[in-house]
Amino acid sequence: MRDVRDVQMLGRTSDGRLVQRPLSGHLSVYLDFDMVMSVGHRITGCALAVGTIVLVWFLVALASGESAYASVSWFLRTPVGYFALFGWTAALWYHFCVGIRHLIWDTGRMYDLPSVHRSRGVILGATAGLTLLTWLIALL
Amino acid sequence: MPDPKGLKIETMRSTLSRARGLGAANTGVQEWWMQRLTSLALIPLTLWFVFSLVQLTGAPYAVVHAWAGTPIHATLLLALIAITFQHMRMGVQTIAEDYIHGTTVRLTLTLAVKAASLLLALAATIAVLKLAIAG
Repeated sequence: MRDVRDVQMLGRTSDGRLVQRPLSGHLSVYLDFDMVMSVGHRITGCALAVGTIVLVWFLVALASGESAYASVSWFLRTPVGYFALFGWTAALWYHFCVGIRHLIWDTGRMYDLPSVHRSRGVILGATAGLTLLTWLIALL
Repeated sequence: MPDPKGLKIETMRSTLSRARGLGAANTGVQEWWMQRLTSLALIPLTLWFVFSLVQLTGAPYAVVHAWAGTPIHATLLLALIAITFQHMRMGVQTIAEDYIHGTTVRLTLTLAVKAASLLLALAATIAVLKLAIAG
């Protein structure tokens, strides 16, 4: 314990051992960038859930025939469709990258703050890079 | 912490309950573990799917139709659909459990998400099966 406030973070495991529990962020006191990135993972997850409706529409239209496919094809080429597709790719790559960091965190690695700060730059860069790359290959 | 009588109670859980490892909800870490497994499986599937979509951009109907109907692509599409909707259902349910404190709203939303993900997954599966089998 380095700070007297750490005493709030004491808890017991199911075995009865004393452990230090992680403390939830106090949103009303401060909000840092890593917290925004964390909630961003959930928001992009929800956005991707909505996006699955378009995916199902696409597959069902493809199986239904040429005229049904033409309508989904038309929708995706309207400004709204392009905006949705761009948002979908950006959300997908963000969720993808943060998800991989979550899997690394689950192994107990990269949990310290310097690693978190380093990896967030990698995540934001990779998200931008993968999104741009996807659109460059698609449009060229 | 030993008490003055020398009696030491460190946990209220029985040894059997600990050995079963199922916790208070009686389902253990099944849901947590499945969330990790599905995300691991979705890494290659997502890369394959986006790569395929990017290559199919602007392709005529017949080409996209033929692509989805190939056994290997239909197999991967079915895997993508099954795992995506399971991952999605668990993710949205976790968010509902974390942020919605009213039981009625939370339960309604959870059941709606379960129903929606099941129906969307079934619709997509039938579409891919039709493409693969009926053409």
